[in-house]
Amino acid sequence: MTILGLPEEEYVMSGNAACPGCGAILSLRHVLKALGKKTVLVIPACCTAVIQGLYPRSGIGVPVLNMAFEATGAAASGVVAALKARGKKDITVVGWAGDGGTADIGIQALSGAAERKTDFIYICYDNEAYMNTGIQRSGATPYGAITTTTPILGKKEHKKDMPMIMAAHHIPYVATATPGYPKDLYEKVRRAKEMKGEGTRYIHILSPCPPGWRYDSKLTIKMSKLAVETGLWILYEIDHGKFKLSGPSKRFLDPSKRKPVEEYLKLQGRFRGLTDKDIEEIQRWVDENWKNIAKMIETE
Amino acid sequence: MQSNTSILKKIPPTPLSKPAKGAMGKTGTWRTLKPVIDLNKCTKCGLCWLYCPEATITFTKEEGPKIDYVYCKGCGICAEECPAKAIEMVREF
Repeated sequence: MTILGLPEEEYVMSGNAACPGCGAILSLRHVLKALGKKTVLVIPACCTAVIQGLYPRSGIGVPVLNMAFEATGAAASGVVAALKARGKKDITVVGWAGDGGTADIGIQALSGAAERKTDFIYICYDNEAYMNTGIQRSGATPYGAITTTTPILGKKEHKKDMPMIMAAHHIPYVATATPGYPKDLYEKVRRAKEMKGEGTRYIHILSPCPPGWRYDSKLTIKMSKLAVETGLWILYEIDHGKFKLSGPSKRFLDPSKRKPVEEYLKLQGRFRGLTDKDIEEIQRWVDENWKNIAKMIETE
Repeated sequence: MQSNTSILKKIPPTPLSKPAKGAMGKTGTWRTLKPVIDLNKCTKCGLCWLYCPEATITFTKEEGPKIDYVYCKGCGICAEECPAKAIEMVREF
C-alpha cells in the first residue's frame, strides 16, 4: 500500500524520545520508508542515539549499531565487511549522523570510508549545531546564529560546505535534501539505494530543530521550505559527477524568484542578535553560492 | 536463588533493545495542545500523515486520518500544514 506515492510501512515507532516537531525524526521516517526493512543503521553520538529511547525498547524499527562519536565511517566499514564475509548481499548499510558527527568530529572516518569506496550510504541530518548536548556551535552552524558557545555576537563564520567536500571525493552520488520536500528526499534515498555496489553515497539533509533554532514546534515544515525558497539551502544531486538542480530549487536559480533571507531569519530566535549588516552579509553569501551553482551548470 | 537464575536466563546475552512503540513511555502526556480533526472539513489529502514526525497519524483514503493520542506529542505541524484548516489545536488542561 502506498499513500501519496510513499510506502505505508512505518519504521519509526511512535513514542520515541524525539522533541515535539523534530525535523530529524521526520527525515528518518521518510529515509527508512525508502530503504525498507533490510537496513542496518550505524549511529554515533547524536540526537538519534537519544531518540531511540530506553532499554529494552527501541524507537527505530531496524537494527541499529550505536557507535562512538568519531567512528561512524569506520564502524559502517566494519559492518559492510562483516555482511560481505557472511555472504549477505541484500542489506543496505547506512551511516546516520548529525552535523557535528559529520562536519567536525566524524570527518576523518567518513573521508577514509569514502576513499576506500566502502559500499554504504552516509546520511548527515544537519540541525546546524550540537543540539543533543545543549546547542553548541559546530562547523555547520550558519553565520550569525547564537548558540551556547557563541552566546552574544553569534557565530562569525559561514557554514561548512559539507556536500561539496564529499563531492570532491568523487563518490558516485551526493545529494542534498530537507524534510519539507519528503518526495524529493524519498527519491534521493531510493536512488542512493539503487547504487549498491558502486561505493559510498552521501546525502545531506537540512533538518530544522525547534529548541535549537528557537521557534515554535509547529513551524518545522515552514522553516524547511523557507530555507529552500530563500536560497539558503540548495537542493541538488551529483550523480556520477553530473550536477543537477532538484525540482523544488530549480526556479530559484533566478535571483528575482528568491525570497529575501530576512523572512527565514526573523522567525528564528537564534538569529535575534543580527544587525542589518549581518543580514546583508548572509544575503551576499547566498547570492555568491548561487553564482557558483550557475557556473557549475554552465560548464556541464 | 532459583528465581534469580530464571531472571538471568530471561536477559539476552547482549543488551539488545527490540523495536516497540512507546520506547519513552506514553509520550501523549508531553502534550499541552491536542490536535482535533474536523472530518467534515477534511479533504483526505494525506498531508498530515505525510508531515507527522512521530508517525502517530494513520491514514486511509476511505476514512481519512486518525490520530493516536497515546503517543501524539502535540507539536502542531499537522494543524499548521492542513490546507483545509480542518485540524484545530485545543488546550487540554
